[in-house]
Amino acid sequence: MENHMTVTFDAISENEAFARMVVSAFMVGANPTVGEMDDVKTAVSEAVTNAVIHGYDKKTGNVMMRCSMKENLLTICVQDFGKGILDIKKAREPFYTTKPELERSGMGFAFMETFMDSVDVMSVLGVGTTVTMTKCLQDQV
Amino acid sequence: MEYKFEMGQGKLRVVVPKELDHHLATQLKEEADLLIETYHVKTLIFDFTNTEFMDSSGIGVLIGRSRNLSFSGGQVVATNLSPRVEQIFRISGLQRLITVVPSDQENQKSEV
Repeated sequence: MENHMTVTFDAISENEAFARMVVSAFMVGANPTVGEMDDVKTAVSEAVTNAVIHGYDKKTGNVMMRCSMKENLLTICVQDFGKGILDIKKAREPFYTTKPELERSGMGFAFMETFMDSVDVMSVLGVGTTVTMTKCLQDQV
Repeated sequence: MEYKFEMGQGKLRVVVPKELDHHLATQLKEEADLLIETYHVKTLIFDFTNTEFMDSSGIGVLIGRSRNLSFSGGQVVATNLSPRVEQIFRISGLQRLITVVPSDQENQKSEV
């Protein structure tokens, strides 16, 4: 089975829950385990939160989330058109945050990496950031 | 469903919402800090009874409160963790910073 979905929403914190709901609804057809659903929801929440907090930094903007399901491989792209990441390697380090004043734990990318099979980050300063994550769902017998 | 606060004897219990993400974390943090300051809270209890989801924003809230309270000789306690929340605690190393107590023990402590 193959399926695709694209949704664009405002980069506001209210939409973090919306993005989690959308991705849950999209993947439920593939009959995932509760654990897999939780993993994907957490990873999406982290990616969208990053776009809201870091990509746009209180400015208005859009977040685009594209999902595809091919056989049992789920691919999720979370893209923003914000300021971009200066140093991707550093941004991905656990506990590294550019916003300690907001009490960010610096665990966002670490969580995405923990809960997904792969996480790729593409970013261009002043253009935006795209986080692409994949997860292979276990076959449910 | 949102969160709520319960105050008593220098203790503040935060009944954590169903989903603790960046959106709710921001509000919860501000309100909790106001109560902590106003009532000189020494023990802050995060009750996760209703919580099904927590991401790294929630961790930031707990670490931040733990740090603030340690300056005034207070402590942060977490209770009633679902398996998922417990997993998030474990992965983030939060268990080393914050005391996690089983629900019954925490209740006994509160009554003393």
